[in-house]
Amino acid sequence: MDVTTTITGFVALYIFMLAAFTGYEIIGRVPAILHTPLMSGSNFVHGIVVVGATYALINATSVLEEAIGFIGVLFGAANAGGGYVVTERMLEMFKPSDKKKA
Amino acid sequence: MNAHLIIDASYFAAAFLFIYGLKRMSSPVTARSGIQVAGIGMAVAILGSFLYAFGVSEEVKPHLLVNVGLAVVALVLGLGWAWRSGKVVPMTSMPQMVAIYNGLGGGAAALIAAVELLAGHTSAAIELAVTIVGALIGSISFSGSVIAWAKLDGRINKTWRIAGQQVINGAVMLATLAVGAYVAYAAHAQGGQVPTALVIVFFAGALVFGVLMTMPIGGADMPVVISLYNAFTGLAVGMEGFVLQNPALMIAGMVVGSAGTLLTLLMAKAMNRSVSNVIFSNFGATGDEAQGEIKGSMKPAEAGDAAINMRYASKVIIAPGYGLAVAQAQHKLFEFVKLLQDAGVEVKFAIHPVAGRMPGHMNVLLAEAGVPYDIIFDMEDINGEFKEADVALVIGANDTVNPAARTNKSSPIYGMPILNVDQAKQAYVIKRGQGKGYSGVENELFFADNTNLVYGDAQKVMVAMIQAVKSLEGGGH
Repeated sequence: MDVTTTITGFVALYIFMLAAFTGYEIIGRVPAILHTPLMSGSNFVHGIVVVGATYALINATSVLEEAIGFIGVLFGAANAGGGYVVTERMLEMFKPSDKKKA
Repeated sequence: MNAHLIIDASYFAAAFLFIYGLKRMSSPVTARSGIQVAGIGMAVAILGSFLYAFGVSEEVKPHLLVNVGLAVVALVLGLGWAWRSGKVVPMTSMPQMVAIYNGLGGGAAALIAAVELLAGHTSAAIELAVTIVGALIGSISFSGSVIAWAKLDGRINKTWRIAGQQVINGAVMLATLAVGAYVAYAAHAQGGQVPTALVIVFFAGALVFGVLMTMPIGGADMPVVISLYNAFTGLAVGMEGFVLQNPALMIAGMVVGSAGTLLTLLMAKAMNRSVSNVIFSNFGATGDEAQGEIKGSMKPAEAGDAAINMRYASKVIIAPGYGLAVAQAQHKLFEFVKLLQDAGVEVKFAIHPVAGRMPGHMNVLLAEAGVPYDIIFDMEDINGEFKEADVALVIGANDTVNPAARTNKSSPIYGMPILNVDQAKQAYVIKRGQGKGYSGVENELFFADNTNLVYGDAQKVMVAMIQAVKSLEGGGH
């Protein structure tokens, strides 16, 4: 069974278009109080770049590619990890009145 | 075993979990579970990506063990450093932390492009063009975010402006684009082989442009810029996703690209500026324009008097600004608010869209002090209530409560929406000194008949206010 996906031309454009509308719709309805956590949250989501960097590093065939790929994974992992921790810390603090304790 | 089937399935799951997570993040009630859902998506995708090791080509096989080892080490180091730094950063420094994480993401996208170009993986025209554009955007996001971080963190204090800066920026951009176009052309013509020296020149040009673009921008505008770079990184990730034929990167990148663009526009709108205005003009440079004569004088008030006045009011609205967070007074403020609430006073917080350093930053700072979010209101929801309020208390805010924005057409902040603090029966402003706000504009509110200024460090003033109300209750209960 060959399940290798190839995404070319218009299929890529369809994906980009639908994803763009999705992002627009999600942010468009958000109250201003969540703008900072959401900016941080979307910052976390593009940390998925670490996956692409991992792919590039695993398929590297020279020392130069390995070095660049290594830094890429390092950066991407920092993006994902930092984005997650910071967003979680912010959101953890949002509590309604009835749960307040000192 | 078909590794690719599992990889594709993991990416599909990740894309779904990202979108579902972001959706949950759009309400304060479900927000925390939203980031956790997205986090699961990320973990699934990262684990899935290691399965690439089972499908590598023959020429990669001799390197495979080293490569996988390097990937694990980089992953552990990157996650470990970010986890630690993210846990310890104080909430007031959050904007620059977001900037640096975002810049690293942009850098990662640019590095993917570098590997793809140098390895000569593709010679197709569209792929090469997308690789180059993604590399350009990612590099700008990287170096620009680093500068934004350095500025917000106080490591660069100068706004660096030179004559003809925009001409220089334009020239650097054009030169970089030309080199990038030539690299793509040469790679296309030579079956993927790229001129290595020119690739380096291209990346250097893109990085320099990011620095040049960010250096002239002042601290007050930085949130808009960070948000813009967040969108840039999203786009760069989406584009490199296309090059790598990776739908998870394409979808996540483009969702962030569009969401980040919208968020940038919302922020700029809240500051009554356009995005191009933020990037191409120098806000602070127009500070000393003619301002209308201000009538009245600044009247000081004692912290204790102000506190007792609020204790016997029926409705108090608090307008906090970044100065509150700088003085670390938000915990004391909430203690004072609870005293007022116990005395039967209705207390609400009014948040200007750009209070703090980013939209929503003030909400985060108040939430950190334990203030429940249902007594915190956005500007448009509460502005009508100021005229019913007995007291409006302004702490560490300035431009966002300046009535000149409504009336004085010559003012640089004219047209910016403001909190209607001046409509309250009485306004108290807690201020360190007689200085001006970020915009450098004199604040007419401070001179109004119904305004009194309480001078002092916000935290010390709050302590004095708490004591005044407590001593009123006869020493406890």
